[in-house]
Amino acid sequence: MPSFEFNGKTIETDDEGYLQVLDDWNKEIAGYLAKDEGITLTEKHWKLIEWVRDYFFKFQVAPAIKSLIKEVEKLENLSDKKEANKFVYELFPEGPAKQLAKVAGLPKPTGCV
Amino acid sequence: MAKAKASYKVPVLTGEIKVPKVVPGASAYEKMYQGEKDDMAALGFPASLEEGWEIKAVGIFKQLLTHNKALRDYMDICVRCGACTDKCQFFLGTGDSNNMPVGRAELMRRVYRYYFTPAGSLFKGLADAEPFSMEMLKKWFTYYYQCSECRRCSYYCPYGIDTAVITMAAREIMNGIGLGQKYSTVIIHKVFNTGNNIGIPSAALRNTLDELEEEIKDATGKDIKIPMDAEGAEVLLIVPSADFFAMPHMESLIGYAKVFYKAGISFTVSSYASEAANFGMFIGSYRNTQEVNKRIWDEAKRLKVKRVIAGECGHAWRAMYSYSNTMNGPFDFLDSKYRQPTHICDFTLGLVKDGAIKMDPSANDDKIITYHDSCNVARGSRMGMMPEGQFIIPRELIKACANNFHELRNGTNKAETYCCGGGGGILTDEVMNVRIAGSMPKMQAIREAMDNKGVNFLALICAICKTQFTKMYPLYGLDAEMVGGIHQLVSSAIIL
Repeated sequence: MPSFEFNGKTIETDDEGYLQVLDDWNKEIAGYLAKDEGITLTEKHWKLIEWVRDYFFKFQVAPAIKSLIKEVEKLENLSDKKEANKFVYELFPEGPAKQLAKVAGLPKPTGCV
Repeated sequence: MAKAKASYKVPVLTGEIKVPKVVPGASAYEKMYQGEKDDMAALGFPASLEEGWEIKAVGIFKQLLTHNKALRDYMDICVRCGACTDKCQFFLGTGDSNNMPVGRAELMRRVYRYYFTPAGSLFKGLADAEPFSMEMLKKWFTYYYQCSECRRCSYYCPYGIDTAVITMAAREIMNGIGLGQKYSTVIIHKVFNTGNNIGIPSAALRNTLDELEEEIKDATGKDIKIPMDAEGAEVLLIVPSADFFAMPHMESLIGYAKVFYKAGISFTVSSYASEAANFGMFIGSYRNTQEVNKRIWDEAKRLKVKRVIAGECGHAWRAMYSYSNTMNGPFDFLDSKYRQPTHICDFTLGLVKDGAIKMDPSANDDKIITYHDSCNVARGSRMGMMPEGQFIIPRELIKACANNFHELRNGTNKAETYCCGGGGGILTDEVMNVRIAGSMPKMQAIREAMDNKGVNFLALICAICKTQFTKMYPLYGLDAEMVGGIHQLVSSAIIL
C-alpha cells in the first residue's frame, strides 16, 4: 500500500493518494495533500474543507455537487450558482468532488462521477 | 500521486477523424489499478493472483467456451478481413495496434489456439498460438481495459463478431484468477453495501432529495416532491446514482420529477435499489450482473409498484431492458399494460404525445443542440415499440422541447456512434489519457457540428457520457456547461 512519512508517522494512502485512515487527517496533512495537488490553502479553502468534513461525518458520504455549490453561494455571498461553480473550480481546479475530498482526508467518490 | 494535468495528451480539434500511424504498444503505459482484496472477495473472486493461475485461467476459459457458444464462434470465425481495424475510438486515439479490435481479440485468440485447437497445441507459434504467460496476462489487463465494450467494431464486422463479449470474457477470466480492476470492483461492492455506486446511505439520499425539492420550489414556486421508498407508488424510478450526486446529472433528476408531477403519476425512488448502473455487466460476470439487477425487481415487488421506469443511464438500460427478464424475471407482478421496464424518454415522450404534459420549446432557444447516441442504448437495446426506437425517441423528445436541433454527421451517430471514451468501466482517472484518446473521434464530430452548425449543447442520456464529456470539454478548451441530459432540456421546457 502506498504511504508517505509525515512528522515521523507513516500515513497510508490509496493508489491515488487519498488517505486510507480517516483519523490520520489533520490540518498540517491537509496542507501537504493540497501542495501535492498544486494548491496553497487559503481561508476560502478551509471553509469548504470544514464544511465538507462536517457533512461527511454526519452522512457518511460526501455532499452532492449541488449542495456544495449552494453552500459556497451562501458562504461567499455570491450572486448565483454559476459564479459559485466558477469559484469552486478556482479553488479546486480538478473538480470539487475529488480534489476537495482528497485534501479534506475523505475517501475518493466512486461511481460515474 | 495525482497525475498532473500537464501530462494529459489532448488532441487538437479540427473536425476531422484521421486514421493514425500504427505504433504497437503506444498506450501500454496506461494501466488500471488492481482490485483490492476485500472488494474482490465480496464479489466472489479470489482476493489476489496466486501461484498456479495459468491452469485456473485455462479452466475458466474452458467453462466459458462451453457455456457461451458465441464466444467459441468468435474465437474461430474471424477471417482477418480488417474491417474493424479503424473503427475503434481507442485505436483511432492511441494508434496502438493492440487497440484495433482484431488486435485486442488476438490477445485472447492466441491463448485459445494454444489450449483449445489441435493446430495451436501442435505447432504453437506457427499457428499463432502461445501459452498464457505472465507477459500475456499483463497485456490482457492493459488492453481489455482499454475497450469500452461499445460494440462499434461489431457493427462493421461482416461476421458479426461481438468484441464486447470477448472483452467481458477476458475480464471474467482475470477476475476468476484474482486479477481484478479496482474501479469496477469497488463500485459493485458499494452497491451490495449501500445500494448504489457512490455509497450514498439512505439518510444522505433523503437529505439530497430534500435539498432538490427546496431548489425546485425556489425556482418554480411548486411543491414538486421526489419521494423515496414510498410503498404503493405507481412507478419505481431507477436512476444512475450520479443523478443524486453529480452535475449536470442532477438537472435531469429535477426534469424527471417535474414530468411525474405534471402528469399526476405517483413515483418513488428507492434507497435499496438506488442505482440503475450495473457494473457486473462491464466485468462480464453473470452472477454479479444478476445480483445487482435483482435489487431493482425485489424492490419493485416490495414497494408494490405497477411499473419500473429507468432514468438516463446507457448501459443500465441495456442491462435492464435486454437481460432482466431472463436473469430475474418474469415480472408478472407488475402491470402488463406497460412495457417493463420503460425508458424515461419513452415515458416522457408518450406523455407529450398524449397531451398530458406540454412543452414550451422556446425555453431552450439559447441552445443549438446535438445528440450523442450512447453505445449501449444504440447497439445494445431498443426503446418503445417501433424499430430503431432507441434512435427516434430521444430525438423526438429533444425536438419536442427545443427548436434548434442538428445531427452529428453520418458515420458518427445512431448505430455508428463513437463511444464517449469512458464507457464499459473505464471512467477512472488513472487511465485519463486513454479516456482522452477514446473521446477524440466523437469530439471531432462535435467540433465539426459546432463550427458548421453553431452547436452549443450536447444532449445525452447516459451518466457515464455526462461525466466523461464534462471532464473532456474543458481539456479540449470547451465549456463544460455545454453538456447535459435530455431531461435537463425537458426541465426547462415543461409547462408546469
